[in-house]
Amino acid sequence: MTVTLLPLQEMIRAIRSARTQCEERGVIQRECAAIRAQFRQADNGGRSHNLAKLLYVHMLGYPAHFGQMECVRMIASPRYSEKRVGYLGAMMLLDEKQDASLLITNSIKNDLSNSNQYIQSLALCTLACMGSAEMCRDLAPEIDRLLRASNSYIKKKAALCAVHIVRKVHDLGELFTKAARSLLTEKNHGVVHGAVVLITELCERNSETLERFRKTVPDLVQIMKGLVISGYSPDHDVAGISDPFLQVRILRLLRILGRNNEGASDAMNDLLAQVATNTDSTKTVGNAVLYETVLTVLDIKSESGLRVLAVNILGRFLLNNDRNIRYIAMTSLQKIVGTDHNAVQRHRGTIVDCLKDQDASVKRRALDLSLALVSASNIRSMMKELLSFLSSCPPELRSQTASGIFNAAERYAPSQRWHIDTILHVLTTAGGDVRDETVPNLIQLITNTSELHCYTVHKLYRALLSDISQQPLVQVACWCIGEYGDLLLRGECQETEPVQVTEDDVLDVLETVLQSHMSFPSTRGFALTATMKLSTRITENVDRIRSIVSIYGSCIDVELQQRAVEYNALFKKYDHMRAAVLERMPVIEKNSQGHINGETIKESQTVKVKPGDLLFKRLMHSPWLNTDLKLMQPSTLSVFSVVATVTVYEKDGVTVTLSCEKQSDSGLTVTLTASNSTESDIRGFTLQAAVPKSVQLHMKAPSGDSLPARGAAKVTQMVVLNNPNKVQLAYLQLVSEVFDLSPIFYSFGSQNI
Amino acid sequence: MTMRFMLLFSRQGKLRLQKWFTSMSDREKKKIIRDMTTMVLARQPRSCNFMQWKDLKIVYKRYASLYFCLGVESQENELLALEIIHRYVELLDKYFGNVCELDIIFNFEKAYFILDEFLMGGEVQETSKQIVNRSIEASDMLQEVRFTDMHAHTHKCT
Repeated sequence: MTVTLLPLQEMIRAIRSARTQCEERGVIQRECAAIRAQFRQADNGGRSHNLAKLLYVHMLGYPAHFGQMECVRMIASPRYSEKRVGYLGAMMLLDEKQDASLLITNSIKNDLSNSNQYIQSLALCTLACMGSAEMCRDLAPEIDRLLRASNSYIKKKAALCAVHIVRKVHDLGELFTKAARSLLTEKNHGVVHGAVVLITELCERNSETLERFRKTVPDLVQIMKGLVISGYSPDHDVAGISDPFLQVRILRLLRILGRNNEGASDAMNDLLAQVATNTDSTKTVGNAVLYETVLTVLDIKSESGLRVLAVNILGRFLLNNDRNIRYIAMTSLQKIVGTDHNAVQRHRGTIVDCLKDQDASVKRRALDLSLALVSASNIRSMMKELLSFLSSCPPELRSQTASGIFNAAERYAPSQRWHIDTILHVLTTAGGDVRDETVPNLIQLITNTSELHCYTVHKLYRALLSDISQQPLVQVACWCIGEYGDLLLRGECQETEPVQVTEDDVLDVLETVLQSHMSFPSTRGFALTATMKLSTRITENVDRIRSIVSIYGSCIDVELQQRAVEYNALFKKYDHMRAAVLERMPVIEKNSQGHINGETIKESQTVKVKPGDLLFKRLMHSPWLNTDLKLMQPSTLSVFSVVATVTVYEKDGVTVTLSCEKQSDSGLTVTLTASNSTESDIRGFTLQAAVPKSVQLHMKAPSGDSLPARGAAKVTQMVVLNNPNKVQLAYLQLVSEVFDLSPIFYSFGSQNI
Repeated sequence: MTMRFMLLFSRQGKLRLQKWFTSMSDREKKKIIRDMTTMVLARQPRSCNFMQWKDLKIVYKRYASLYFCLGVESQENELLALEIIHRYVELLDKYFGNVCELDIIFNFEKAYFILDEFLMGGEVQETSKQIVNRSIEASDMLQEVRFTDMHAHTHKCT
């Protein structure tokens, strides 16, 4: 026998005593080189040790693929010690994806019929561990033979091997059905366990097989009864429970067989009640069986008494000192909170207490379950708990808690003021973790609660005074101050203590937000717009606003700069429009949650719309729109609604009107009509149009190019627009070369095109 | 499959045993090992022994200096998984006599052999401690014999 470099244990010692990674690598490389050399030599009796060393090295993470062929050779060896390590190596180094794995199929086949059961066992184990679909197909008949005619040691292994085969090649399930059935009658626990697992697998794969196996329910019930009632069995006892592993597997199989089937469920009813009441729940193992029983009861068509029993067991679990038990109780309750809502509600108190548990997993489960239990009747108390949880919960749960609170508040808010208060509370506590759509949703809520505008703006103003770091809160507050600043300045409020502020104070706050390094660019946008809006709501400090706006006209941030320039224009050239443009926002219709950016700019068809103002205001003020408002050039902005003809230009006697008609889902026909009420004709009047790239434009020929005097005739022109990409916003820019028309902008709402 | 993998690792994150019950690429295995060690070692001392990871439940328990970590499918009974871990520890303990981490390091192949008598294909194979112990002992004795009589095609076994 050739001497190997180091016996296995010596090598392990050497590796462990290496002080650095480099040293360890050195030892391993040396050993691997020696092992490789040994592999190339003829049989020397030390092969199993070498392979074992290689497997150790492999476990440390080093490459060991050169050992694959050695595994194949060792498996074919007549020596048991070599076979053993060879098969272990195969399970560790070969998997079905390696080609070499096919080479061992023949060895396995031979070993399956070996006279020695321990050799058969090696083959079975390896096949069940890494057998590929091909190998499984090849060897399935062998396994079936072993299932019928062998000792119990082999039968139990063959059963699990069959399970693996069925998982790999579903069709082969048919082959094992009969054998599985007969194995149930055996006395040996290992065999019965294997049979139950195999039957479970077969039933899960094939519904016909499941039908056939329903007949075994009485047998299974018998076996369970035997386990539960029988006296102490030293071989299988675990803390007073007789073979808990087998009990749990039988319960799981019963669950599958009883699901959606009255007859089967009836047959197992008594047994389940018996297990539920007789199982000792002081140790984990008893609780494991109880847990499985509860899951089964809740899944099959059990009678109501049994169901109540099951939910009560879960309730008891909730009070258990063991955190694990509380955790699984909550997971189970979560599954049934939809179907057995009232039963779970009874345990709400305990569940809410679990929110205060130290353990993160338990907290998470408690949160999920608490949110599911919120209802109209308990909303106030639940919200108190949830809000207090929010202030102390781990950071990874904050976002989920915040959205859960918002959802619950939206569905069950007892009053609007409560709703607003709740949202404000969340924003102050966890403002950084809320989802993006919170801000527009909240703004909409506030706008629609007109009676609380004064209250809301006061609360938000106060919140802003104390903290400007929570961006969503700051955004909403700025928006509100912009809209309802006049209510703030009035100094009176019914719902809450009014503030005594001057216009300067309010502008100070907004300026602080504008200048703070904590503010996001979008937040600063809000602040600037709010400042601008205040120009129509305050009386004395308009100049201050003017100067703020003009300063930001040279801001580095492009978005801010653009806005500032536009607002500047609003002060200068279009001052006559300023009041109308900055008017209070009307009630916003809400379509559905989660729709932002344009889709919510659906016009409310019932609201009477003055041409030229609603949509524009929305565009200006909208918290939804992102910065794609490059269409806002400093020029006349008019907007029109779907309905009537709109006058888009009226100056010096020339009037241009526009009306549109929706042709299809993405097509729109616009008719331009120009007329001239001056004393002289206007010749060479043409209109050109521009639209965004994604919109297709087709201008038809105009009816004429001169506008006769005194409105004698009109010139009409049709423009066909196609918006295949359904862009949210599109504009039509009209330009006239002859006439000194400033470029006119028209913006379409989303449903116009 | 009910069990997908079993890992044993020390408190420093060194892997002592890895058993995979499904076919996976080496990269996937390495990732799982990394994730498991990170997640489990980060847990507080008296936490719940269950965690959610992707679509699997992770059941872990610490015995002395070793963490035993089982990845099971979502319909598995977590409490029973704890019992499975405990049973394996008992088997090791019986075999090595007051087992400690060093035993598993220096006799890793034995640890695998014992595991392979207890679990197979991701399921429990034998529910009796005594039978598992006896099988291991018998296999060990067989290993001692230098040349065993291996005739592959003789009579059927009964």
